[in-house]
Amino acid sequence: MKVSYYPGCTLKSNAKNFEDSTLCALRELGVDVKELSRWNCCGTVYSLTTDDLMRHLASIRNLIRVKEEQADSVMTLCAMCYNTLKRVNERIKADPESLQKIHKFMDEEKIAYQGDVKVRHLLELLKEDVQFETIGKKVKKPLGNLKVASYYGCLLVRPKEIGLDDMENPTILDDLAVVLGAEAVDFPFKTECCGAYQTVDKPEIIADRTYQILTAAQNRGAEIVSVSCPLCAFNLDHRQKETSKKYSGFKRIPILYFTQLLAIAMGCQEKDLRLDLHYVNPGPLLKEKGLI
Amino acid sequence: MRTNLSKKKIEDDFVKKIEEISGQKLLACYQCGKCSAGCPAVGEMDILPNQVIRYAQLGLKDELLEAKSVWVCASCYTCNVRCPKGIKIAEVMEAVRQVLLRKRRDHVEVPKLSEEEKACVPAIALISNFRKFTS
Repeated sequence: MKVSYYPGCTLKSNAKNFEDSTLCALRELGVDVKELSRWNCCGTVYSLTTDDLMRHLASIRNLIRVKEEQADSVMTLCAMCYNTLKRVNERIKADPESLQKIHKFMDEEKIAYQGDVKVRHLLELLKEDVQFETIGKKVKKPLGNLKVASYYGCLLVRPKEIGLDDMENPTILDDLAVVLGAEAVDFPFKTECCGAYQTVDKPEIIADRTYQILTAAQNRGAEIVSVSCPLCAFNLDHRQKETSKKYSGFKRIPILYFTQLLAIAMGCQEKDLRLDLHYVNPGPLLKEKGLI
Repeated sequence: MRTNLSKKKIEDDFVKKIEEISGQKLLACYQCGKCSAGCPAVGEMDILPNQVIRYAQLGLKDELLEAKSVWVCASCYTCNVRCPKGIKIAEVMEAVRQVLLRKRRDHVEVPKLSEEEKACVPAIALISNFRKFTS
């Protein structure tokens, strides 16, 4: 199975642990991943205005790059890239007038893009193409009932036309965790916003959200929280520093990408997990459980 | 709080501009408050999401443009997906921000952010923040 892969900016820096763990796990699963030879930032957030088409160009250029490589779909890992690329794609398909304007503006591009690339998240590929049952059969190191609370955040599940699971009660990450041998811990804050980009100018808000979200997961017995977005990962992991300062009773908890759990189960090496990029070190817990 | 309502304000271009930029019909809102009930950011807001819509319906331009709430909203879409009338509240929040940003009134002043802070946060945070909060 071959897939075109769009990484996005943060997967190459702060979220290298997300990328490396994914690439190793997919290798083990027999998926041939081909990174686009050229790509640019997707824009990170989808513009909510009716009249500002300029903001959609970054995403469209990436979709043109996919077409140039003769692919008809592209896989993303980052929830923000997934949401932005997919919404822009849907928007131009539904609005031929805007598409015309965009074509006129991007007349240096050789392809007049028509919205015909399918934007997919890794989770869709794992569930629909590889299939969870097959993944279960290929598990080399079961997760030993590690208690995992899956945090979905916003952009994987909202809005409805983009989301890859139920908006209010998604379970896809939990289902995958169970297949890998973990114990899924359901908790009420799994789709509550972490504060996202407010982390730049209002980090105190993130400390409050991180406290609420992680304490709720811990109250349900979670040993780790798994995520699918590099911005959620930064807020929930690195902002635990600020959270500890603000809330004296706060207990730190490791945050892992769901792909790091997948990589462990598929028998990848510790180097593929890039645990050095974490603020709260998951190493001791994973060692204690015999997972690394 | 005393609020002065007037036909002039309701018919002001400001209301039309918010409707145009957001693509939403403000009068569809009947103030059920479901958006505010589910919003994770209300704790930091000065006026609630349903009040943002109400102020916009009534053309309370100065009050809206001074409100902290639109800058606390992180476009998480919880309000949008729960609104029984299908109003996209996050789009209205964006329209209010855009009215100010299009006059080059940035919410985040990039030169004022410390080097330490800029170095610590990932690219995804900086780019999304600047796209939402600067012109």
